[in-house]
Amino acid sequence: MAMLELSGIHTFYGAIEALKGISLKVEEGEVVALLGSNGAGKSTTLRTVSGLLRPRQGEVRFQGQPIAGLPPDEIVRLGIVQVPEGRRIFGPLTVEENLEMGAFLARGQKARIQEDMARVYDMFPRLKERRRQLAGTLSGGEQQMLAVGRALMARPRLLMLDEPSMGLAPNLVQFIMQTVREINQQGVTVLVVEQNARSALRLATRAYVMETGRITLEGPAAELARNEQVVAAYLGGGR
Amino acid sequence: MSQFLEQLLNALVIGSFYALVALGYSMVYGIIRLINFAHGDLYMLGAFFGYSALLLLGRISLGSGVTGVLLAMLIAMGMTGGLGVLVERVAYRPLRGAPRIIPLITALGMSLFLENAVMVFKPWGASFRVYPVTLGRAGFDLFGVHIGYAHLAIFAMALFLMVGLHLFVERSTYGKAMRAVAFDLEAAQLMGINANRMISLGFFLGSIMAAAAGVMAGLYYGQINFLMGFIVGLKAFTASVLGGIGNLPGAMVGGMLLGVLEVFGTSSVGGQWKDVFAFGALILILVFKPTGLLGERTAGRM
Repeated sequence: MAMLELSGIHTFYGAIEALKGISLKVEEGEVVALLGSNGAGKSTTLRTVSGLLRPRQGEVRFQGQPIAGLPPDEIVRLGIVQVPEGRRIFGPLTVEENLEMGAFLARGQKARIQEDMARVYDMFPRLKERRRQLAGTLSGGEQQMLAVGRALMARPRLLMLDEPSMGLAPNLVQFIMQTVREINQQGVTVLVVEQNARSALRLATRAYVMETGRITLEGPAAELARNEQVVAAYLGGGR
Repeated sequence: MSQFLEQLLNALVIGSFYALVALGYSMVYGIIRLINFAHGDLYMLGAFFGYSALLLLGRISLGSGVTGVLLAMLIAMGMTGGLGVLVERVAYRPLRGAPRIIPLITALGMSLFLENAVMVFKPWGASFRVYPVTLGRAGFDLFGVHIGYAHLAIFAMALFLMVGLHLFVERSTYGKAMRAVAFDLEAAQLMGINANRMISLGFFLGSIMAAAAGVMAGLYYGQINFLMGFIVGLKAFTASVLGGIGNLPGAMVGGMLLGVLEVFGTSSVGGQWKDVFAFGALILILVFKPTGLLGERTAGRM
């Protein structure tokens, strides 16, 4: 049984059909990349899984259990946590308070929160230095670290990242990708959405390519990285 | 000097009412961007719940002392808090995601509904009701001015509630979650925060503050009426705009400032100018500093 399985998902924004029958699978322990250009429906797919959107048709299963239509907080409780596009950290709260919000469902469990916070600070020492600072004053890279750290505070079993490399300098992209790999090695399954196909394919075990609401290609990441279509469309082909 | 002190105490008491009601306006606006025009009526309902509680407590001879008043206030706060949550649930939640003008009109309708419901409700009715308990005259003299303990107690109670609310919103996990929802509802949901519950909490807290003000106003003025929330609601709205709507310390400062402005303004040019000062201030602030006095200083909306 796959950890996450989408079958025949149709999601609408009003009258516009953003997802036209998406089916995909994420096995436990994998890193799966979801590639495609702007507007292909990658974010919509994640938002459908995390409960921000409700599919009009089709099924979402998490460890065999149907979850489509559950409210977002119930989905977080099951262990699916999304790092949203554009980080969306809570600007008027301090770094530490942001992390505390990530552990909202574990509120009151002081020991657990302390332990997880220590682990996040271990992973991102910069955040520890700035723990009392308002999150809105952090740099873009630090905000991305905080967004990932905040999600980890919820102890995800499936971590979904939406464009984690967006707007970051190349060395920071590498650092974030390396961190995601470490998180995966600690036993967290990862589904990552990226426009930066090159770094995503380096990170992922398998990948799907989306175009205008449909999945057009899928396969092992290494294979897709050699696929001529993918190279031409997303990896600056011809070189 | 003596006149000044007396006026100042009045200003602080009236300002406390405005500030307590303004908090609810600001909190609700901060979370769901709605100007809840029914909020002034929750202040009125608080006064009426307190009135009935005092009458009932009077029957078991608990109604007059400090214990009775505090108990009645707690009852009124609980009832009004529940009612505020209910109002959001039935009137505003179904309109979430609708254009902002729609819940605004609904809020006006809710205001009229609450006022008329109280008017036709037999035990309360359309005429003025005399509050069952009046404030004692006991106090002390300072620079030749009589300072009533009761007035000081009202001010102290208001201060206590405001500081309590502030600490709750700033320090508690639920308070932080409410601020998170106010800042970015979707991101908060992705952290496992039940946004609807936080919105309800905002309405509950705002309503209990308004109810406390309502009971204290009943005690202070000695009489209540089903329309008493209308003008106070508008004034409290003014106060929250004055302080920067969405900003809680701003609402407190705005309310106090409005009380001072009104009391000292009318004492110099006459009582019939009372409302001119408040709404003149609203116009001036909207023209010259629409973000309010504290509106820009804080990064957040609460």
